[in-house]
Amino acid sequence: MNISDPTETFRQEARELLDLLEAGLLDLEQDPGNGDLINSAFRALHTIKGSGAMFGFTAVAEFVHEFETAFDRVRKGQSEATKALIGVALDAKDHIHRLIENPDRRITGGDVILSQLRQVVEGTPVEPVAPSPVAERTPAQKVDTTRLWRLTFFLPSDALVYGTNPLLLLDELAQIGPITVTALTDRIPDLDILDPEVPQIGWQVDIEADDPTSAIDDVFLFLRDSMELSLVPLERAPAAAIDLEEHTQLAAAPRAQEPAAVPVPPRAKAQEKAETDKPAASSLRVPAERLDELMDRVGELVIAQARLSQIAALSSDTALKTIAEELERLSSGLRDTTMGIRMVPIGSLFGRFRRLVHDLSGELGKPIDFITTGEETELDKTMIERLADPLVHLIRNSVDHGLETAERRAAAGKPAKGQVRLSAVYSGAEVAISVSDDGAGLDAARIRAKAEENRLITPETKLTDGELHQLIFAPGFSTAKEVTSLSGRGVGMDVVKRTIDGLRGTIEVSTRPGEGTTMTLRLPLTLAIIDGMLVRVGTGRYTIPLAAVEECVELPEGLEGQAKGRNFLDIRGSLVPYLRLREVFGITAPRELHQKVVIVSSGEGRVGLVVDQIIGNNQTVIKQLSKLHSDIKSFSGATILGDGSVALILDTAHLVASGQSYVDRNLNGRAA
Amino acid sequence: MSASEAPMKALTIRLQDELFAVEASQVREILDLVPITEVPNALPFVGGLINVRGRVVPLADLRVMFGMQRPEPDQDTRIVVMEVIIDGEPTIAGILADKVHDVTDIEAASIEEAPRVGMRWRPDFVKGIGKRNGGFIIIPDMERIFDTTDGRTPAAATTEERSSL
Repeated sequence: MNISDPTETFRQEARELLDLLEAGLLDLEQDPGNGDLINSAFRALHTIKGSGAMFGFTAVAEFVHEFETAFDRVRKGQSEATKALIGVALDAKDHIHRLIENPDRRITGGDVILSQLRQVVEGTPVEPVAPSPVAERTPAQKVDTTRLWRLTFFLPSDALVYGTNPLLLLDELAQIGPITVTALTDRIPDLDILDPEVPQIGWQVDIEADDPTSAIDDVFLFLRDSMELSLVPLERAPAAAIDLEEHTQLAAAPRAQEPAAVPVPPRAKAQEKAETDKPAASSLRVPAERLDELMDRVGELVIAQARLSQIAALSSDTALKTIAEELERLSSGLRDTTMGIRMVPIGSLFGRFRRLVHDLSGELGKPIDFITTGEETELDKTMIERLADPLVHLIRNSVDHGLETAERRAAAGKPAKGQVRLSAVYSGAEVAISVSDDGAGLDAARIRAKAEENRLITPETKLTDGELHQLIFAPGFSTAKEVTSLSGRGVGMDVVKRTIDGLRGTIEVSTRPGEGTTMTLRLPLTLAIIDGMLVRVGTGRYTIPLAAVEECVELPEGLEGQAKGRNFLDIRGSLVPYLRLREVFGITAPRELHQKVVIVSSGEGRVGLVVDQIIGNNQTVIKQLSKLHSDIKSFSGATILGDGSVALILDTAHLVASGQSYVDRNLNGRAA
Repeated sequence: MSASEAPMKALTIRLQDELFAVEASQVREILDLVPITEVPNALPFVGGLINVRGRVVPLADLRVMFGMQRPEPDQDTRIVVMEVIIDGEPTIAGILADKVHDVTDIEAASIEEAPRVGMRWRPDFVKGIGKRNGGFIIIPDMERIFDTTDGRTPAAATTEERSSL
């Protein structure tokens, strides 16, 4: 776990910047004239270029430089952010992503993208429009005959501490063009108050160059925000100071004889910085493993606290009782806070799908409105990561199968633009994420025909609508008449189903012919802690996730001694199969006289689990089982009980499935 | 192993009548016997789980892999918590030991490769055999023993061993 690997840090940062860039480009497509969007995209590019070069990602830096140059024309208002441009820019963004992820491999295609980009940008010249802040900086003023520039700068007071060498900076400046350097010593204080670690000397550099702005910008890339810097063309009126960057406020042009006459008010600058860097200032990047460790520790604390409470409950010492209660309050608070740290708004995931829909829309020629709601809904980080793939499948399905073509929509009297909605909302201790479209809806007859063709059901099988819809999650099931590049191969929905099962979630399908389909995923808020019901089977204790428990009943006397073949319970008129956990687990210890049945459900199915004793409810910190036990499907994990011993957590989805197959075996056996 | 010059720093443990040496650097801690939670339907080699400072750790019984008898734990029984590589991933596991002896250096020169024949145990489970004080010390190949990918089940190995005994 090398968390300080700088290239990895760069990669992470670059990934975020690329996400930002993508979001910006997509927004720009909706609002092509928005200067803020253009600038923020440009800034993201610029930072990637700078830090890429610093960490040795030269290919990235070179490519981004070209990209930036082309995009600069948009920024300056010489080109418009057309749809075509956004398209190429998105390709370019993908290319940068590839370059960053595989720095060692030679990745081709960059030149093609760049030439496309240049073509698009240069092919649509537009006159600089109304004088927006961006347009004011048209090169007409900048790239004229000015040959001599006066640069004045004071380094930030912490520059030396962070290893900046002013001489090297001057060397770099010298590479831009012939320079004349004058040291400005008027700020150096008396010797007795001089702090040798603070750079007191300012520099006045006269540079001969056509337009050194961006070159100088690069030299001071990492200092710019907190330093004083001004650049004036010497042969023009000194008032025409030129910003290096919009958000960096610069000193008013100093007169040549009075260098740095008007230092930038530091407060204003700090404020601006705070505005642009808000997320950086108020958040901290922590490796996920550390959070997992923290969670483990808190889990231990909760367990230790539970033991203390047990002891305190038996004791008559009031002081002990008081402190035990205090500790209980504190540790439950700590647990909630720690859980909160792991929660991430789902918006980070939704952002990715905008691009997906954008691309699909282009590929299939279906105009689509993609609407997301509930981005602020928070879910456990691991959960969000594992949701990405299933949601991709669902969205693809909606776009490809759900939405009709524009012509057919017109024929059906619907607006030509299809709608795909992605939303997240809390419901109880769960989060419901739904993907809905306003397309044709599921074709029940076709699903049925297909299922019969695939021998999933027989023509006689009677199914409710819900059961029929669940068939689309069967492996290899696809009703698409032709296989497109996107979907129709029948892989996907079963993967979705499996992933969601693995997250202890469920999928609901609701559809109305001609009006659309909604797929709703219901997921627990977290994977780390669940409420459990503690039961005993033989001498072992097991936890059943409480969310899956429907009810508990006593195993009727008459059924106890019965032979294996007829393990069904009559629960208010419906037959529920039951599994004797003693048999499943191969336990030989004598059974309890009055056995209990815990009815658990998963999706549509239900199964009764026969146990010796129901001990009670407990909060359970879930621990994953190691690879050594990953082949045992009846358990989804383990937990540590109040007395320090380990209890296994039953995998209800798996048990329900095995109960169901038991039913099938028996019913079919009887039918045959 | 026999090629390396430096002596092997090893923790020696006894399983039934045999002395075993495990790499001391992989050992995290040695525990007295703690309550063991049985995992139903698990292989006898890894039939239990224990709580090691709030972590749920699988408990392995090497005696199963070496076809030994498995009497009930007594006052000498210890659990050696160590890091083992399972299918390429470092994992913390507990190992039951009938007795834990000491940490010792085993001269690299004295370690010999396991003979292919004439051994009671599956040769691929033995990395080498060292000598100390005139006796033999078995150096088990933990990576092979904990490997779950090669399709052989430890249980099958056991019956195989038992029948050949």
